[in-house]
Amino acid sequence: MKLQMELNGKKITEEISPDLLLLDLVRSHGCYSVKRGCETSNCGLCTVMLDGKPVLSCSVLAARASGHRVETLEGLEEEAKEFGTFIANQGAEQCGFCNPGMIMNAIALFREYPDPTEEEIREYLAGNLCRCSGYEGQLRGMLNFLAYKKEKQTEGGAV
Amino acid sequence: MLKIREYVKAESLEQAYALNQKNGCILGGMLWLKMGNRTVQTAIDLSGLGLDEITETEEEFSIGCMTTLRRLELHEGLNRFGGGAFRESVRTIVGVQFRNLATVGGSIFGRYGFSDVLTCFLAFDSYVELYKGGVMPLEEFAASKRDKDILVRLIVKKTPVRCVYLSHRNTKTDFPVLTCAVSAGPWGVRAVVGARPQRAVCVPVKGVDALGAAVCQNTDAAEVNAVNTVNTAQIEAAARETADKIPTSGNMRAGAAYRSHLAHVLIRRALTRIWEEEKGEKEEAEGRKGGWQA
Repeated sequence: MKLQMELNGKKITEEISPDLLLLDLVRSHGCYSVKRGCETSNCGLCTVMLDGKPVLSCSVLAARASGHRVETLEGLEEEAKEFGTFIANQGAEQCGFCNPGMIMNAIALFREYPDPTEEEIREYLAGNLCRCSGYEGQLRGMLNFLAYKKEKQTEGGAV
Repeated sequence: MLKIREYVKAESLEQAYALNQKNGCILGGMLWLKMGNRTVQTAIDLSGLGLDEITETEEEFSIGCMTTLRRLELHEGLNRFGGGAFRESVRTIVGVQFRNLATVGGSIFGRYGFSDVLTCFLAFDSYVELYKGGVMPLEEFAASKRDKDILVRLIVKKTPVRCVYLSHRNTKTDFPVLTCAVSAGPWGVRAVVGARPQRAVCVPVKGVDALGAAVCQNTDAAEVNAVNTVNTAQIEAAARETADKIPTSGNMRAGAAYRSHLAHVLIRRALTRIWEEEKGEKEEAEGRKGGWQA
């Protein structure tokens, strides 16, 4: 069947099999930040934005994404850069395997809740599993990032 | 592994229904379907039919079958009406990315034992609209066998209700060990318990009917005041009696005895919260009245 969609701002058209998963489609287009983790819709490693909303690409048929807009971390580089660098500098994670999925969902969180509480962060990121950090590092990193952003805004406002 | 031979984005419910009669399979969020080892001849996608909205009228909420759990969680009107029960019932289901895919129709049509969503909706005055079968009470639908009809939407009537939703999980985001929704309304008080691990059942709660009368804001002051006659001993006894009527069994998450114990605890907690909220609201109302008189 024929698929037409927008992937990271580029229109793509191709023939796909009806059971091709969105995860496999985006990886075939070089979006290797999207990883196959649990494949049971639990770990959040395969998070992509579908029409701006975070979804698990391991659980969406590519066919269903036809006619829609898909973004991966590769397409959100600018938006992700500041946060990703900050988290790395904070030493908030260990192996970094979960990082792309976590950043994608964090971007979705910041878009939906520009000033989230600790509880909102915990709840929003509950679908992103990390097997080494115990989440405390990431939570601390995020709270520090939000404080840094606020400070930056205040300084900007004062100028 | 899920294999799909043909994928059809339905252009009408009639087309979807016709395809579904011949080896078709209606796709909801596809999250449970994907976990199985199955070959689907024709996957029928309803996502292009505009069935992903929640609409509110004076009398009811209409929830399209393709509405995501995330939309249910965030809908202000529905959650104001349900006292936050809908949000509470879905907020621990995996993560936001999952809930942006899972659909209300998929959860309800599947009549899954583990379904938080089915448990919650059963506590309200809820109905399903089937494409061929028409409108029927959700309780009747939940007890019926799966067939080849299409669940088009859910209807939640704005019947006065106070509902508390609780669940117990061994670990966050996992399937529930037990789900429990208790509601007070014109029907008196009822408890819905799911993940027993079988599908949710509705059981009337005896001995605390005054809570139902109070919720309905009956003009008969005696009935409204009846909320003050309820006490913790009555709640404890009612929760015990109700839990005893609910059959449970064991699986890898918990044994039958543990589930029965949990059922008692969760029903008691839910009843207590309903009672306290009703008392609080009544006291607040009386306070306001006193203030005006002064």
